[in-house]
Amino acid sequence: MNTFIQAENLSYAVNGRKLIDAVSIGFDPGEFVAIIGPNGAGKSTLLRLLSGELRPSAGRVAWSGEPAEKLSPARLALRRAVMAQGAALAFSYPVHEVARQGLAVVGRRLPKIQADKIVTRALAVSGVQHLSYRNFLTLSGGEQQRARFARALCQLKAAQEHGRFCQALLLDEPTSSLDLEHQLALLGAARAIVGSGVTVIAIVHDLNIAARFADRLVVLAGGRVVADGPAAQVIDEALVREIFRATMRVDRESATGLPIVLPQTNINRCDVHAQAFLARF
Amino acid sequence: MIFAQPLFARADNRAPVLLIAVCACLAAAALGLCLGATSIPPERVTSALWRELALGGPASAEGEHFIVVGLRLPRVVLGLEIGAALALAGAMMQGLFRNPLADPGLVGVTSGAGLAVAMTIVLGEHIWGAGAQWLHVAALPADAFLGGLAATGFIYVLATRGGRTSMTVMLLAGVALSAFAGAATALLSYLSDDRQLRDLSFWFLGSLGGANWGKAATLALALTPALLAMPWLARGLNGLAFGEAEAFHLGLRAELIKGAAIGLIALAVGASVAAAGAIGFIGLAAPHLVRLMAGPDHRMLLPLSALCGATLLVGADALARTLLAPAELPVGILTASIGAPFFLWLLLRDSTRSDPT
Repeated sequence: MNTFIQAENLSYAVNGRKLIDAVSIGFDPGEFVAIIGPNGAGKSTLLRLLSGELRPSAGRVAWSGEPAEKLSPARLALRRAVMAQGAALAFSYPVHEVARQGLAVVGRRLPKIQADKIVTRALAVSGVQHLSYRNFLTLSGGEQQRARFARALCQLKAAQEHGRFCQALLLDEPTSSLDLEHQLALLGAARAIVGSGVTVIAIVHDLNIAARFADRLVVLAGGRVVADGPAAQVIDEALVREIFRATMRVDRESATGLPIVLPQTNINRCDVHAQAFLARF
Repeated sequence: MIFAQPLFARADNRAPVLLIAVCACLAAAALGLCLGATSIPPERVTSALWRELALGGPASAEGEHFIVVGLRLPRVVLGLEIGAALALAGAMMQGLFRNPLADPGLVGVTSGAGLAVAMTIVLGEHIWGAGAQWLHVAALPADAFLGGLAATGFIYVLATRGGRTSMTVMLLAGVALSAFAGAATALLSYLSDDRQLRDLSFWFLGSLGGANWGKAATLALALTPALLAMPWLARGLNGLAFGEAEAFHLGLRAELIKGAAIGLIALAVGASVAAAGAIGFIGLAAPHLVRLMAGPDHRMLLPLSALCGATLLVGADALARTLLAPAELPVGILTASIGAPFFLWLLLRDSTRSDPT
C-alpha cells in the first residue's frame, strides 16, 4: 500500500450516535484534498480522527503504515501540523510567539537564528509580519486565523530538519474569516507546499475555491463519504441540491471543465409555515 | 483578561529582567534580616553572617548574633521558599486552567490541609489524650501536608476518566470539596474550646513565626522537583495556552503535563501550608504582576513569579514584624490588606490604558 495516510473502516460514535460511519479513505503524498459537505456532516470529526486527536470507536488510521495510536504526540507532530477551528487563546501572547509555538516540540533543538528565520518567513507568507509584536487577542478574526496558519507552517518547516519523510497539513476551515485576498493567499501558500510533497487536507465550504485549489474533493454527508474525485466530476447540480440542499446553478469553465457554482435566490423553497413567518416579518 | 503591551514585550532582554528580580529578592531578604522588634544596622548583620560562616571579621554582640543567625535567617529563608512556592504554584495553576484568576487553592490543597489541621487541633486531644500535647504539635505539619495531598489526589482521580483529566470537572470538584472542607472546619471550630480556637485562627491567618531550619529544609525538598521541572513545564504550559487539543497537535503530552503540574502544585502548596499556615494572595498576585511586566511566556513567567513571590512574602513579613513591634501581625493579614488594593489599582490602571477588546 502506497498511500501516506490511510483510514480503514473508520467509525466514531458519541452516545450511540455515529458521527463517522465506516469511512475508508486514503491520502497520497503531495495531494491537495478538500473535504466538503453540509454542517454536521462529520468533516471536523474526520479531520480530528486523522490527526490522532480522537481515538476511533472502530477501524484505524495509519500514517505511512504505522497506526496513529502507536505514534507518540511528538512523532505525530513531525508528520503533520494542524490548524484547528478557533480555539481561544488564554493569555495575551504576541503574534510572533504564537507562531513560535509551532516549534515547541519539533523545533526545540534548532539554533536560535534558524528558528527566528523560520518564524519570520512563516509570518511573512501568512501576511501577518507587520503584526508580529501585536497582542494576538487584539487581532481581528481573520488576522488571528492567519497567525495560526503561520504557526502550522512553522511546525511543518521545523519538522523537516529531522529528516525527509511525508508530511501533512490539516486545515479545518482555514479561510472561514478571511477576506478574498487572504483566502486566495492562504490557499495559494498551501498549494505551493503541496508542490514540495506535503499532503494538504482542508475543510472548505466555498465550492468554487475548493474546485480550483484541490486535486481531489471528498464529499461527506451523514458521516459517510458520498463522493470522492476531481472537482469536474464530483460537483454538479444534483450533488449541490441533494447533499447541500441548496439551489445553485452549476456552469462549466470551457477550458478546464471546472464547475462554476452560482447561487440562485429562491425564498419560495421553504415550507408554508416558514413562508408565513417571513411574510409577516 | 487583556493587558496592555508589557514593559518588556520583546524577548531579547530576558537577562536584565531576571537580574532586576534577583536584586529585588536579595534586597527584601536584607530588609528581613535588618528589620524587626530591634532593628540591626546592615553592617552588624553582615558581620554576624560572616562570623557564622567562620570567616572571621569583627565580633558582634552575642544577643544580636543569635537574633540574626538563629531567628531571622531561618525565617527569611523560609519566607523566600514559601513565597516562591506559592507564586510558582499560582503561575502553574493559571497556565493549567488557562485562566488568570486561578489560585493554588482551587485544587483543594489549602482546604484539605485546613481540614486536617482543624481535625488535629480539635480532635487530637480526644484521640491521644491531653497529655500527648507534644504529639499533636509534631503531627500538625505532617497532617496538613497529607490532608492537602489527599484532597488534590481525590479531585484529580474524580476528574480523570479514561486517561483524560477534565479541567472543568476538576475546577468544579475543587470548589465543591473546598465548600465541604470549609463546612467541616467551621463545625470543628464551633466545637472547639477557647485555646483551640486561638490555635486555629492563628493557623488560618498564616505566619512565618514558627520558622526553623527543619521547616526550611523540608520546603527546599518540596520545591526542588518544581524548580527542576520548570523549563519543561514552561514549554508545556505555553503549548496549553490554546487548549489541550492544540497542545497535542504541537507534539506535547498534555496529560503528562497536567498530571505533573498538579502533583508539583500540591507538593509545593502542601509543604507551604504545613510550614506556615494559609497565606493567601501571593499565589494569585505574583504571577499577575509578572505578566503585566514581562508578558505571558511561561519560560519567563515561572522563574520571575517565584522571585516575585519570594520578594513579596519576605517584604511583607519584615513589615509584619515592625508595624506593631514588639508584637507581630500574622503576615497573611498584611499580604491581603496591602496587596489587594495595590492589585486593584494595577488592574484599573491597565484596563483604562489598553483597548477593551
